[in-house]
Amino acid sequence: MALFQIAEPGESAAPHQHKLAVGIDLGTTNSLVATVKSGLASVIPDALGRPLLPSAVRYRDGEPPVVGYDALAGQSSDPANVVVSVKRFMGRSIDEVPYRESMPYRFEAGPGALSLKTVAGVKTPVEVSADILRELRMRAEAALGGELVGAVITAPAYFDDAQRQATKDAARFAGLSVLRLLNEPTAAALAYGLDNAAEGVYAVYDLGGGTFDISILRLSRGVFEVLSTGGDSFLGGDDFDQRIFCWVIEAAKLKPLSSVDARHLLTCAREAKEFLTNHGAAPIVARLGSGEVVDLELTTETFTEITRTLVEKTLRPVRRALRDAGLSVADVKGVVMVGGATRMPQIQRAVGEFFEKAPLNNLDPEKVVALGAAIQANLLAGNRASGDDWLLLDVIPLSLGLETMGGLVERIIPRNSTIPVARAQEFTTFRDGQTALALHVVQGERELVGDCRSLGRFELRNIPPMVAGAARIRVTFQVDADGLLSVSARETTSGVEASIAVKPSYGLSDDAIARMLKDSLDHAKDDTARRAVKEFQVEAQRLVEAIRSALVADGDLLSPDARERIESGIAHLQAAMLGEDRHAIARCIDELESETSAFAALRMDRTIRDAFSGKKIDAIERELVSSEKGGET
Amino acid sequence: MDFNVDHFALFGLPKKFRTDPDLLDKRYREMQVLAHPDRYAGAGDAEKRVSMQWATRVNEAYQTLKNPLRRAAYLMLLAGKKLDVESNTAMPTEFLIEQMEWREAVAEARRACANTELEQFYHRVKQQMKCRYERLASLLDDKADTALAEDEVLRLMFLDKLVSEIDDALVALEA
Ligand SMILES: Nc1ncnc2c1ncn2[C@@H]1O[C@H](COP(=O)(O)OP(=O)(O)OP(=O)(O)O)[C@@H](O)[C@H]1O
Ligand SMILES: [Mg+2]
Repeated sequence: MALFQIAEPGESAAPHQHKLAVGIDLGTTNSLVATVKSGLASVIPDALGRPLLPSAVRYRDGEPPVVGYDALAGQSSDPANVVVSVKRFMGRSIDEVPYRESMPYRFEAGPGALSLKTVAGVKTPVEVSADILRELRMRAEAALGGELVGAVITAPAYFDDAQRQATKDAARFAGLSVLRLLNEPTAAALAYGLDNAAEGVYAVYDLGGGTFDISILRLSRGVFEVLSTGGDSFLGGDDFDQRIFCWVIEAAKLKPLSSVDARHLLTCAREAKEFLTNHGAAPIVARLGSGEVVDLELTTETFTEITRTLVEKTLRPVRRALRDAGLSVADVKGVVMVGGATRMPQIQRAVGEFFEKAPLNNLDPEKVVALGAAIQANLLAGNRASGDDWLLLDVIPLSLGLETMGGLVERIIPRNSTIPVARAQEFTTFRDGQTALALHVVQGERELVGDCRSLGRFELRNIPPMVAGAARIRVTFQVDADGLLSVSARETTSGVEASIAVKPSYGLSDDAIARMLKDSLDHAKDDTARRAVKEFQVEAQRLVEAIRSALVADGDLLSPDARERIESGIAHLQAAMLGEDRHAIARCIDELESETSAFAALRMDRTIRDAFSGKKIDAIERELVSSEKGGET
Repeated sequence: MDFNVDHFALFGLPKKFRTDPDLLDKRYREMQVLAHPDRYAGAGDAEKRVSMQWATRVNEAYQTLKNPLRRAAYLMLLAGKKLDVESNTAMPTEFLIEQMEWREAVAEARRACANTELEQFYHRVKQQMKCRYERLASLLDDKADTALAEDEVLRLMFLDKLVSEIDDALVALEA
């Protein structure tokens, strides 16, 4: 609900038209895009009717990249230029990537974030992900016949701040407006819960290609409240492939492999793993570059044996999530299974034994995340139908803190805090005359800084010199509804301030950012040039009307001075509207919007206060429903 | 409605230790439905910021009121007593010695990688805390004995710290 009802750019002038929004599951192995049409969520298939898009990008010399099945097809001949499972590299530095030796890529270490050398130049994981997202955006726009208002992008619940930030950056580079980053298991719970009218405590066990998440939620009268979450962002079906791969090397006594052979064997390993889901044994036959032939049979027993520790590894975060939620197995009403890797029988068995009940497999484990994301995107875009009064309350997966003396971590926000959340902590100087304070922001559960993930460093400078211990430095952590952190610090006796939106210190180099921005600008069309003068005039007229009625309703919130400035902004805009100069109109719109933003904040504050005090709850509810009611009923 | 009213007033609940958890949950949900940023995804940045601040405020109040230890400490704070486990040395010696022994036991179990033992210990301490909460409730709400209540809250703070130490140990062993 825009209080001034300002139209989004590109949005049609009809106020209650259905807005195009999608949910995107950006998976390690497969990605999907889904949308809600006539009240039903469904996956948007490609031109050949295939719902999944393999998360693979093939880079070519002098030609645009290919994404999906066509990229996979080039994998055996050109493994170095076909990037798969890029999600495992998001927000990571090179030494954090397991089994990188057996990967066919040419890694570049960079100042922190890793990147890959391809025939089309150096690519960061953010760029590769953006290529996948762009493909899905185009697929959706073609199918829906218009530009998207925005998208909800999913990320593993256990992703840390750096990985989330990277995901959001990728979406922006793909030309998507991000309505929300949504946790994958939460998206699944939403789709499952709405579909089955579920009430009570549920666990979502999500084992995908590269990540594992467990979330415990309480579903109650339309509120989906995440009680705790846990997981491992480096554990998934890929690791089961890796175990088979190692078993093959040992069983066939193979010498070190070329990257083409390694890629080929990994593909065979995955096929064998998937085959074993419905068979007692799987043949593994492969001809290597040397002419040597591998011919083995992998039985279910052996497979179960060599992957036992992986299965056990998923249960540890499950135990912890239950403990964090203060619950026991008996409190859990059902376990929703998500992710292709949960098809493996040993996973089904282990989960069933642990929770002492048969897991719930009634939704397609590969699609449910995208469907949940689409449902939320539909709501956030403003297509609220009268029955849509559910709400998601999510948490941060990992504690956030600051480095203190001796390399220890002071926790500021504990894991599993419901977002949005803010916490402040006071620090002081420890030397006489100290004028700067260095802050090192970390994320993780361990007591030592070295065992946690470093998110960023910043400095509060120009502290007035005082005796040690006299300064009062208030450091505030704010985590928004996307789960992203920003940190600010303030010396309270002098008012000196510093703040950062935490960008990982090993984040993108300036070069990489410049290059990506240039690329994305090349992709973007110049919005102002493209749109007709008429559109700007309509938008301007609506803005003026909205502000006028806001002034009538809540003008008392403004000082005479502020009111004067808004009135003169309106006058300027009205003058510009008479002309044909769209740049002038656009400029006046921008100016008026920034002039009224404080007023908008005051009105919002009043709206919420009034709502809380119960005075106007009904009135606001009605307003919300009517202003957000979409094309569907 | 004032951003700065106390948490109880924000939720329209009596300033008591014993709270009605269902009512607290109900009020929380009602308020988040009105304030949460998901409600205002299409609004301008200024409105979104205000919504985030209110949702943050509601979460903070809810977490404080929901957790019995935080709720008790908060009641003490409203009564003008700031309690801090680190700076308090007025605890009886035998209690402190017992605490030290327990911590030593946790450290020992951690060294020995005794997961099951740690889990059992975790539940034992939790059980003990539960009994103490009942005593605390009667001290605060029935007897209005803040002095004894303060002692009880401090003991609970020690136990809570112990619980998170066990938890840290379990996390470290599971890593
Ligand atoms: N029948 C099957 N038996 C066993 N494993 C399977 C089967 N079908 C798919 N998988 C595995 O599921 C994984 C892919 O699952 P999914 O598409 O849910 O992952 P993703 O969403 O891409 O990954 P993530 O959620 O971790 O980012 C792959 O490892 C694949 O081999
Ligand atoms: Mg997935």
